[in-house]
Amino acid sequence: MNASLHLWLIPLLPFAGFLLNGIIGRRLPRWLVSTVGLLAPLSSFALVLQDCILVWPSHDPDLRNGIFPLPWTQNFGHWIALGSLHVDFTLVLDQLSLVMLLVVTGVGFLIHLYSVGYMHDDPGYARYFSYLNLFLFFMTTLVLAGNVLVMFVGWEGVGLASYLLIGFWFQKTTAADAGKKAFIVNRIGDFGFLIGIFLLLGNFGTLTFSEISAKLAANPGWTGGILTAICLCLLIGATGKSAQLPLYVWLPDAMEGPTPVSALIHAATMVTAGVYMIARTHFLFDRSPYALGVVAIVGAATALFAATMGLMQNDIKRVLAYSTISQLGYMFLACGVAAYSAAIFHLMTHAFFKALLFLAAGSVIHAMGGEQDMRKMGGLRKKLPVTFWTMTAAVFAIGGFFPFAGFFSKDAILYAAFLQGTAGKWLWFVGLVTALLTSVYMFRLWYMTFFGEARSHDAHPHEAPVSMLIPLAILAALSVCGGWIGIDRMREFLAPATGMHVAVATSPHLELWLSILAVLVAAEGWLIADKYYRRKPERPAQLVAKVPGLYNLIANKYYVDEIYGALFVKPLLAFSRYFLGWVVDTGILGGAAWLLGGTANFSGAILQRWQSGNLRSYAAWLAAGAAAVLLFAVLGIYLGGHGVSIHWRGF
Amino acid sequence: MSFGQDVPLSWYLLLSALLFTLGVVGFLIKRNLITVFMSIELMLNAVNLSFVTFAHQWHLVKGQIFVFFVMMVAAAEAAVGLAIIIAIFRARATLAVDRIDLMKL
Repeated sequence: MNASLHLWLIPLLPFAGFLLNGIIGRRLPRWLVSTVGLLAPLSSFALVLQDCILVWPSHDPDLRNGIFPLPWTQNFGHWIALGSLHVDFTLVLDQLSLVMLLVVTGVGFLIHLYSVGYMHDDPGYARYFSYLNLFLFFMTTLVLAGNVLVMFVGWEGVGLASYLLIGFWFQKTTAADAGKKAFIVNRIGDFGFLIGIFLLLGNFGTLTFSEISAKLAANPGWTGGILTAICLCLLIGATGKSAQLPLYVWLPDAMEGPTPVSALIHAATMVTAGVYMIARTHFLFDRSPYALGVVAIVGAATALFAATMGLMQNDIKRVLAYSTISQLGYMFLACGVAAYSAAIFHLMTHAFFKALLFLAAGSVIHAMGGEQDMRKMGGLRKKLPVTFWTMTAAVFAIGGFFPFAGFFSKDAILYAAFLQGTAGKWLWFVGLVTALLTSVYMFRLWYMTFFGEARSHDAHPHEAPVSMLIPLAILAALSVCGGWIGIDRMREFLAPATGMHVAVATSPHLELWLSILAVLVAAEGWLIADKYYRRKPERPAQLVAKVPGLYNLIANKYYVDEIYGALFVKPLLAFSRYFLGWVVDTGILGGAAWLLGGTANFSGAILQRWQSGNLRSYAAWLAAGAAAVLLFAVLGIYLGGHGVSIHWRGF
Repeated sequence: MSFGQDVPLSWYLLLSALLFTLGVVGFLIKRNLITVFMSIELMLNAVNLSFVTFAHQWHLVKGQIFVFFVMMVAAAEAAVGLAIIIAIFRARATLAVDRIDLMKL
């Protein structure tokens, strides 16, 4: 059979779109730019769907694993071949990357479609689409990577695309600064990732996922120690990319980018790369209970911490940004209790409802003429009916109400955490509190935006064009139905890629009770939001007056940016400016250059007296030189040596 | 031929060295460009003398051939050198070496 999955086309089609729009897009008409920009992700998505059909498990026993058995590896030649080190351009399609690819290209295409309407009047239209396509190229590379180094290329590439798109409106200082912040904070994480790669290379001698996994399987006794170190390094990389504690600070600022970018990169896909990476290297984490514990604690702490910050934000996109951080915390929590399939499940449903939330928020911002402050919104329910209803679906999904998508995945995570002993109970409790807070801030957003009286009369809200409403509708349908796959089917499907981790339930009805409890908590959150933001809108202000300290602490995001600024940025800046700038650059490097130049200048000034132009002095030096050579030769003979022996060759 | 038996080798070499030294000293202390030029010829001929001496001593023809080469080069050099000297004199109206210390005329 010569058929192939053509994995290389999946990343390269968006790359072609990037090249076309990036190089000549400025001179092309808008409809052509949109066509190119949309065709690239659409054809990638179609390819993924085709591959999906080709590899789908069939009931025919001969084709038990589909026509192409997974994992399907394609090698595109050597990259590095140095002694025993071999790194190839390898793409691997397995269950994990298949799910991820469906999300990335599918949601990616919808957001591209949405962008056509959203960015319609922007002068950087072609540039925007070329960046977006570039992002898809790197993201699909990251997902399909068969070894850590190719993954790292994609990893860095999505960071680049993220930087370019956050700073898309680079004329705005805040946007340019936010881009830099995202890039620099990610560098810190990537530093950890790189150390992890080196450790992997040093201890396994290979970077291919399947080979590392096979080596681990061959040594069942190998746990902890260096594996923990590797896992923690990888975790640092993941916290940077996935905006977890302590490296989450870049994500709220990343909201300076266009809203569809926030939806695609900073909610649905790129920020989940850390979760994906942990799931991809789960065989390492499985061997290090300590590292898994750290992952779980980081996830739970981030979920709770970010949720409290989300409560007090007034910028609609920032609420969603903190919500994203919080939801990513859930996914890390799931990874930390080795429930990788639950993490990927939540990743998928989160991609649906969070992309929808951002796109709906973008529709609101679009309608309000660029206004992002929720205090100036309100009463938009009647004016933006489609946006309202789709947003409602997303709010219920993220809140975890049955039967919306978020219910199933969040429930799977909380249940998996609950089964992990005493520590797991605590994690579960933190997750539950986070669910309550999530519900509160999401319904707060919902009420402040769509209910009550219009608080701003400058804007004349209007519903978005149809190219923006179609993605909203599709994502709303997915946010409602996306969870109906169920964690069991998800786990079974992902099992070959992420391993089978089935925790044993202590009581048959435990899961049911836990999910009822979770829904009750979510409903409680709704009630709280309803009370404070609909029935008694004056209450929040009164509460603030009672505990101003706490309010200031949270509203100022726990002063984390300020603390980081004082602890790291300022000292580093001072070190760079005074030590590196003055001492090293001006003093040592500049001094060395000055010394070299000065020496040449000075010796030149002395030696130029030799070149007097006086013929007789030249002759005198010549004679002296000849005499010196002669003396040397003669003395050599007298002092017992051979002198300068001249061998005549003869004619 | 019998003069080889009468006059020892060292005398020829001493004469050659003396002539060479005279050439060097003349080159270094004389101011007139033509005298300097003549000093060069003197040095060349001193070397020629020692070549011939050794050729005679060792009964080899190599040294004598060398002398022909040197004389040929000296003739060519004299032709070119004298032309340069005339050009300099036309430009500067002087042949004092000390005053000809610039590359350009």
